[in-house]
Formats: sequence, structure tokens, C-alpha cells
Amino acid sequence: MSITLTNRQVGDITVIDVAGRITLGEGSSALRDALRELVSKGQKKILLSLGDVSYIDSSGIGELVSGFTTVTNQGGQLKLLNLTKRVKDLLQITKLYTVFDVHDEESTAIRAYN
Amino acid sequence: MSDDTLGDVCTVEKVLDSTLESVDVAELLVMDLALSAGFDEDDLMGISLAVRECLVNAVKHGNRFSELKKVRFQVLQAPNRITVKIRDEGAGFKLEDVPDPLAEENLMRSSGRGLFLIRAFVDEFTVRGLEPHGTEVTLIKSRANGHPPSSPPG
Repeated sequence: MSITLTNRQVGDITVIDVAGRITLGEGSSALRDALRELVSKGQKKILLSLGDVSYIDSSGIGELVSGFTTVTNQGGQLKLLNLTKRVKDLLQITKLYTVFDVHDEESTAIRAYN
Repeated sequence: MSDDTLGDVCTVEKVLDSTLESVDVAELLVMDLALSAGFDEDDLMGISLAVRECLVNAVKHGNRFSELKKVRFQVLQAPNRITVKIRDEGAGFKLEDVPDPLAEENLMRSSGRGLFLIRAFVDEFTVRGLEPHGTEVTLIKSRANGHPPSSPPG
């Protein structure tokens, strides 16, 4: 019932490897805190790697939207990598899939940053 | 509770505190029951998410995490159907007052998708206001293949 967030740097891009559940409570607040901390430090290129996310609820989806808005409003770019079928389906039915820049390969995601 | 599921067998009935831990408890319970009833993986995830969203609504928006208010959680089973009823003690709400999360002006909101997701993953979803206060929601999901679950070997 927990979430693990691991940051790593690829050039000037911070990749956050997310594993576990992004749900109301610990999961969504941990993701919110991680993104806010990066933005507060001036990090403008963030890649969320979601391949090991086992579960996401409406709060988790809301946190992705909120994170996207926060990063974009600071002049940054938040992209998504390795969506599971479940997360992809949820983003599609909520009409959010096309809002995000989504990639299947990390190398192409990295190249997509300006 | 309502009589639209007369004949179904009540397998679980719990009175839960208005906490996020209760949401996890209910989610795990219904996952176990739906698994034993033979629902496939996609249905399991959908039922789990729908129940989770309803419980969150009950403890957060309904009971507002009050220690004095409880959530009543009931699961009923028929051979090819699972029914979940969730009651809170909150002020209630009207479905028509809930904004459409797919509307362009709401698309980038950080909340407001719970009811939409519930509807997306169950066959029937009803909301009933209770007197003098509280809300009862009912979720019904039927198995697509319609066959009873296989018996365990031996």
C-alpha cells in the first residue's frame, strides 16, 4: 500500500522512477511533495517514469494534472514515461492522455525536451 | 437498504471509521470477494477502483473524517454479480450538481473525477439520500462471461 519515488539525473533532466500506488493519502502527497521540491529548486525538466505504478485512483490522476500545471506554470516541462495499460486507459477515458507528452522509451523522452 | 438485490447473499457487512485506512480495508475485502466470485483481472481492477472512490467520497466528502461518523459497507453476492452498498452520515449531494470532469473548463482540475470513474467501471451506480441525513450508494457489477467460478480442485 505504499509508493517509492527514486530520483536520478540524466543530463539536465530529473527522472523520477515511481513504483507502487498513487492514491489519496501517502501516495499522492509523496508525489506532490517530490514535484514541488524539484520546482522550488529550479528544476524545469522532469520525467515521471510510471512503469512500476501498480494502481492509481482519481486522487493520483489529479496529482499528475496538478504536477503538470505546477511545472508548466514555472516554465518547465513534465513528461510521462512507460505508462502501464491501466494508467494509460484511465488517462484516455478522462481525456487527459493527449494533455501529457507521453513516451514509451526513455531515450525518446529525453530527446523530446527542448 | 434498498430491495433491488433481494435474494443476493450478504457476504460482508462492516461498520468502518471515517479514515483512509477504512478505504484500504474495504478495497481489499471487495477485491478478495470479487476474485473468489470469478471476475477477471480487468473487472477486479475496475470494481476495486469504483469501491475505493466511493469509500473516499464517504469518509472525506460525506463524513469529513469525523470520528463520530461511521461508514456502513455491505457486499452482496449472486452467482454472477457483486453488489456493494456504502452508506455515510454526511450532508448528502445531488449528482446533477457534480461538474462534468470531461468538460473543457474542468479538464485540468486536480479533483472531481471520482464519480466519473465509478460510473465507468460498474454496470449500475445509484445514489440515494437518507433521512434525516446520509447517503447510500449502490454499485453493481456482473461478470461478463456469466459462468459460475470453477470449484477448487479436490
